[in-house]
Parts: sequence; structure tokens; C-alpha cells
Amino acid sequence: MAAEQSMQTPATAPGDTRIHNIGYRSYDGPRLGRGYARLSLYSQSLRGSYGLGRSVKSKVLPMLLFVVMCVPAAIMVAVAVATKANDLPLDYTRYAIVMQAVISLYVASQAPQSVSRDLRFKTVPLYFSRPIETTDYVRAKFAALASALFILTAAPLLVLYIGALLAKLDFSDQTKGFAQGLVSVALLSLLFAGIGLVIASVTPRRGFGIAAVIAVLTISYGAVSTLQAIADAQGSGGDAIAWIGLFSPITLIDGVQSAFLGASSAFPGGVGPGNAEGVVYVLLSLGLIAASYGLLVRRYKKVGL
Amino acid sequence: MVRVTNVWDVTVIATESLSKRFPRVTALDRLSVDVGPGVTGLVGANGAGKSTLIKILLGLSPATEGRAEVLGLDVATKGAAIRERVGYMPEHDCLPPDVSATEFVVHMARMSGLPPTAARERTADTLRHVGLYEERYRPIGGYSTGMKQRVKLAQALVHDPQLVFLDEPTNGLDPVGRDEMLGLIRRIHTDFGISVLVTSHLLGELERTCDHVVVVDGGKLLRSSSTTDFTQTTTTLAIEVTDTDEHPDGTRAVREALHARGVGVEDGSGLPGAGHVLLLTAQGEETYDLVRDVIADLGLGLVRMEQRRHHISEVFKNSDEERKEAVGHGS
Repeated sequence: MAAEQSMQTPATAPGDTRIHNIGYRSYDGPRLGRGYARLSLYSQSLRGSYGLGRSVKSKVLPMLLFVVMCVPAAIMVAVAVATKANDLPLDYTRYAIVMQAVISLYVASQAPQSVSRDLRFKTVPLYFSRPIETTDYVRAKFAALASALFILTAAPLLVLYIGALLAKLDFSDQTKGFAQGLVSVALLSLLFAGIGLVIASVTPRRGFGIAAVIAVLTISYGAVSTLQAIADAQGSGGDAIAWIGLFSPITLIDGVQSAFLGASSAFPGGVGPGNAEGVVYVLLSLGLIAASYGLLVRRYKKVGL
Repeated sequence: MVRVTNVWDVTVIATESLSKRFPRVTALDRLSVDVGPGVTGLVGANGAGKSTLIKILLGLSPATEGRAEVLGLDVATKGAAIRERVGYMPEHDCLPPDVSATEFVVHMARMSGLPPTAARERTADTLRHVGLYEERYRPIGGYSTGMKQRVKLAQALVHDPQLVFLDEPTNGLDPVGRDEMLGLIRRIHTDFGISVLVTSHLLGELERTCDHVVVVDGGKLLRSSSTTDFTQTTTTLAIEVTDTDEHPDGTRAVREALHARGVGVEDGSGLPGAGHVLLLTAQGEETYDLVRDVIADLGLGLVRMEQRRHHISEVFKNSDEERKEAVGHGS
């Protein structure tokens, strides 16, 4: 390589003991393309959702929330084992509903972390000047946050399940409940990830993103549960309460699982939607997930370069 | 080990009446230009359509009409294949401050499809080549502008592309940083064997770095020629001489002597030291010899003789008479 030699010659003067530049090496190895890039982005984002591969400071909150999420499950198991109870104090399906504040906090902190940074520091063009497309980016980010949420919500269920088996509770009952719980939190993870990412992708400022996600999740829940309580007090019955429940993400999940996953509803009066209303709940949940994906793709088509 | 793909008579970029119209502006207007391997400068004032052209060439923005090929691949249909072989360094900031240069460039290498081990090796190599050593393990937030520009360059080179687009790489750099960056750009071609398309609004700095310069204005091709052609017609020499007893007005004596030999000379009016500075257009090496001889014959002292850096506006000033010629020259 003529260029390299001519570059090195001046440096090899007698008595000169520098480390030599070994010159440019070209790369002839494999280029793994879009699928691999998407998977790399997914794993990097998923790890990032728990602060792995990032600064110590950014590990604190997600790890703390993970612990907070699991501790009550561990306590329940301990109680169940110690008191030789016949059943767990809380259903698998109910756990995420009770712990919704922690889940909301997690979405609010990690959704902006995942997408707002790329927008704020204008890193997005660097992705799209590479083989990956808008849809690859959105899918990787969406899947990563949904997976992170699933880990957060499924881990305590696993603790409950293992504990239940240790306490020698009925195996088939527990397995069925655990499976229903997993389906429910999977749906919840997709729904919350979608809503969180759509809100976060609109603002390059992380702070606004966090506030906006918290606001949307808590205000909608607050409004819905208040209206439901009023409806209940006025004796409007289960129908009105069920329809009102469509308007906040967590009550939406509650409705789906009380209609189809054998859960007891957390709605006032304990009456969830019936089967017909339940179908609307399922359709709306899936519709919202699809809409979030569509909105994200649209958003990133615009951000582009 | 020179790469086989970079044969000299291959066209790296070719556009054919490429146009891009937005509802209110025409960013590119029937641009036809061929770019060969080597370092090519794309010059134009802000808003001349440089960034739009790069977006189209990366296959990210469809052209309104006309066609373009990069490395022999059609931008309209082969965008992903082009982006696998091309690197891009944006004009604006694009680096997250809380990660180290190494982590960031490794991630970007993987986004280009490099397997994990190769991504690490190439990152270490590339950062060393752009001149980042120990600091590459520190968070980018603490870097100087020059270092950040190097990281941006490294992420464009890490996957060993055949061609890189560098959008205003000298923006925001001090004169020393500018020279270093220009030297680095030169090496991307000479040492790494990668062709370069570099944009700037300063013609002067591209003249020194590029093999070929393309000038666009208002989305139209103003001229496209090799740098040697360019300097022949655009280099202006500024000359300042001493006065002697024999020639109390040395400046005038030189002007008359040059006139006698058929060289047109202007006063440097409007410049600092007006009246003492002569401006003439250098036609090549012989002009320098001629000036030297004339001054020596008159027995005057030469205070300075320097190439004046051209600003892009000067090309535009005489663009009207040159445009026809340039269009004939280009493509």
C-alpha cells in the first residue's frame, strides 16, 4: 500500500521511537443489514430501559421501580406460606391494577428516555442515513419499551406463582391464574408503551415528556374512576360504569380482563363489562395499540433527516 | 490493497435534470452533474440546495423529477443499498452528550450492519484515524467542537463506506481546527480510498482540498470543473511593492510594466492598503514568474504576494458570463 508506506517513512528516522500509525484497514466482513440493525436497536433500547449500558444515575429509577414492583409480591408470598393460606391474597390479574402508579411512573420515566433523547440531540438522522427504515426504528423502540414493561409487570407475577407453588396451593388453579395474568400484562405493556411513546415522541424535552405521560395516565384514570363512582352512587348500574371505563388505559385493561380473563373487576360495585361490552374493550385496546404504532411511524417519517 | 471498486473512470454520483420542488420553493432546478471518485466539493450559499441534494442522494427524499444514481444505484429504488455503502455526516449537532465516543460509534456501526466484534474493532480504528485517543472513553458532552466534529466524522466512516457525504464539516471550527479537518478530509480519499462529497459555503477552503468543485446556486448548477480549472480562472494575486528613489511610486511602475507585457491589473481599491496593492488574475505558474521578473527588473522590493481567498459571492458576481461556458464544461 503505497500511501501507507509514504506516510510511515518520515517517522522511521533513526532514534525516533514513536508508535507508528498502522494505516487504514478496509472492512471486507459481513454487513448484516436491516434485520440485524433493528435487533441491535431493540436490545440496546431494552437494556437502556433498565439503565444498562448507561450511567449509574440512570440505573437508579428503573431498578428502584422494579424492586418496588416486586416487593409486595414477595411479602404476599411470605404471608401465604407462613399462614398456610388456601389462596394468594391478590389475584394475578389484579396485581398490575393495584400497582398501576408504579407502572405509570415507569412508563413516564422510560418512554422519554427512549425516544426524546434521539430527537433532542438530533441523532435520528444518523439512524435514517443507514439501511434501517422508519418502520424499523419505530418497531424496535416500541418492542423494546413493551418488553421492558412486560418484564416489570410479569416479574412480580412470577414471584407470586413460584411462591404459590412453594405454598402448595392448587397447581392447576394457580397456573391458569398465572397464564391469565401474563396475557393481561402483555396487553397492558403494549398499550402503555404505545401511549407513552406517542406522547414522548412529540417533545424533544424529556421533562415535558415525563410530565405529559404522567398527566395523561393519571388524569384519565382519575376522571374515569370519579365518574364511575358518581354513576355508582346514583345507581345507574353496571352498564354506565362499564362504558365510562373505556376512557382510561388502566380501566380498559381492567375491563378486558374481567370480561375474558376471569378477573374480578376493580370497578365500583365490582361489576365489569359483560361479554358484548368486553368485545368493545378488546377492540379499543388493540385499536389504540395499532393507532400508536401508526402515529409513531407518521411522526418519524416527518422527523426524517 | 487499493479497493477494486474505486477505479478512476467510474462515476460515483450522477444526476440528470434532478429537480425538487416544495410548495413554496424550488430547492433543485434540473440539476445535471456527474461526479467521479476523489474529493468533490459542493459549494453554494446557504439555501442553495446542497442539503436537499444530499437527502435525495441518500434515497430519503424523492425527487420531483429527473433521476440520480449513487455508486451506480438508482436513488429512487435502491435507497437501502446505497445507505449501506455510503456514510453521512450531518451539518448540525447529532451527538448525545451522556455517552462516550466509543459507545456511540460502536452503536452506529451496528446500525450499519456490522457484527458486534467488527463494530468494536472498526470503532477503535476509526476513532484513532480521526485523531481521538484517550478522550474517546469520556462522555461526549465534555468535548470541544473540534472533537465533536471528529466523532461525527468517525460515525460516518466506521462502516468503511465507498463514499461519504460531509455536510459543512468545518462549521464552527477555528482556523487551526479547520485546517486539520480539511487535511483529514483529504486523507479520507488518499489514505482510506473513500470518495468524498463535501459541502461548504466557502469556495476557498474547498479549492485547497478538492479534486473537483461543483457550484450550485438557487438549485441550479453554476459550474462543475476540476479544481485546477477553477484556480486558473479564479486565483487573484495581491501584490505590494516598495518604492525606491528610481521609482518613487513603485506600485504604479509595476502596473505599467505589467500592462506593457499584456497583463491586466486592478487597483485594490476598497481593500486595506488601497493604492499600494495591485490585484491581478493568475493564469498559472507563469504569472508568478512574470511578476517576479518584472519586479526584479525594476529593482523594487516585493513586500508581499499572496493568493486571495475567494468567497463564493465572487463566483456569483461573474456568474452570468461564465454560466454558459460552465454548463458546457460540466457533466
